[in-house]
Amino acid sequence: MTPETRRGVSMSETVRDKVIGIIAEQAVLEPGDVTMEATLEDLGIDSLGLVESIFAIEEAFDIQVPFNANAPEDSAFDISSVAAIIAAVEGLLAEQKGG
Amino acid sequence: MRRVVITGQGTINALGHDVPATLEAMREGRCGIGELDLRDVERLSVRIGGQVKGYDPDTLFNRQQIALYDRFTQFTLIAAHQALDGAGLTFAGELATRSGVVLGTAGGGVNTWDENYRSVYEEGKNRVHPFVVPKLMNNAAASHVSMEWNLKGPSFSVATACASSNHAMGLAFQLIRGGVADVMVTGGSEAMLSFGGVKAWEGLRVMSKDACRPFSANRNGMVQGEGAAVFIFEEYEHAKKRGAEILAEVVGFAMTSDAADIVMPSEQGASRTIAGALKDARLNRDEVAYINAHGTGTAANDRVECAAVADAFGHHANELMISSTKSMHGHLIGGTGAVELLACIMALKDGVIAPTIGYEEPDPECALDVVPNEAREARVEACLSNAFAFGGLNAVLALRRAP
Repeated sequence: MTPETRRGVSMSETVRDKVIGIIAEQAVLEPGDVTMEATLEDLGIDSLGLVESIFAIEEAFDIQVPFNANAPEDSAFDISSVAAIIAAVEGLLAEQKGG
Repeated sequence: MRRVVITGQGTINALGHDVPATLEAMREGRCGIGELDLRDVERLSVRIGGQVKGYDPDTLFNRQQIALYDRFTQFTLIAAHQALDGAGLTFAGELATRSGVVLGTAGGGVNTWDENYRSVYEEGKNRVHPFVVPKLMNNAAASHVSMEWNLKGPSFSVATACASSNHAMGLAFQLIRGGVADVMVTGGSEAMLSFGGVKAWEGLRVMSKDACRPFSANRNGMVQGEGAAVFIFEEYEHAKKRGAEILAEVVGFAMTSDAADIVMPSEQGASRTIAGALKDARLNRDEVAYINAHGTGTAANDRVECAAVADAFGHHANELMISSTKSMHGHLIGGTGAVELLACIMALKDGVIAPTIGYEEPDPECALDVVPNEAREARVEACLSNAFAFGGLNAVLALRRAP
């Protein structure tokens, strides 16, 4: 493994861990109980909890998340599962922070 | 039972600086929402609003007054002046003690908070103007109205977020009906279009970045407005005796609490409030031809409100008209019910129903006659004005044509 890929892996692990940490805190769960395929609804996170999670993500990664609570499905930010949210955050990081 | 009529009205808002200009804009379905012009707007992600344009307080108030009047107080005094001029009332002796002022505002002197926080936090100053507190307090507008016109009866301000004005006007109505007062100056005001005021709303992710499109399937949120509307509520016999022009009659009011959620509306709570207002007004459902909707343009409000109207009115829901004028003047938060009462009076008095503009796509969950895009002529005997606030606090007023 080259140093670059190792850095890449560790960065994306950090993203995953940070996002899971934020979601776990919102859901009042242990990070270990937040599975990748879970939806926010599964985790008991309501619309206010979602808005607060997105705010926490923006603060943690210093990014702008495009999200309108009136039309979540039209927003560019996919919130359909924990894995989707992590992928969306990685996408935004690449876009806004140049990888 | 003592009856309550409206004998004066005044306003300043994004559609106009007085009632005739505002009603003309509503008849024409004109939009007062546009690009915000305020300090640091480039740091906002929401940059539209129903801002009062072409307004220069220095031409209307002197230096001492400006030092004491936040923008929300200025708007209130402008609207109150128009309303009291129209009503032709002066207050002295017993009438002064039997008259008061109840006004709604959610934020009070938001611009004063904003400017002085900047001063101490951003600019690092250690001293603020001595009048900051009397300028920013929510009751400042009500107090200045009482001082200006010698109103010595029950006077206070009401803060119930987006229902503030409806609660204020409902209480004014009850004070007269209950025999506590003979004349009440009432309505509401808001001036929240400052950097902090918009930034706070932005955080909730319910704001539209392009337009307010109530009931339209492609609606994407609310748009803030600012301004005031003030009315003169008067005991009917008192108004009749002095030959006052009566604009409409206030016949009922209901207020309830959902006791459920701090932001999500409740169909059951809204429906219960509408039914309560009808009962208080002794109105049959089929007498109501028009409802001025809360109609914020958020996904949740409009869906829940339409369901509540359908529930409260049964089959008659398909016969009545319901429009949201927020599409034109924006959401004035604590002042919104007051500006919207102008549309109710226009419906009763002039037979003109203000439209819901920006309506582009039917939403099966809002399948009522929302008077899309163009005003309509209709004879209206009775109407309702809905307000359903954050915090689950609901307030619905019922009005009838002038007796």
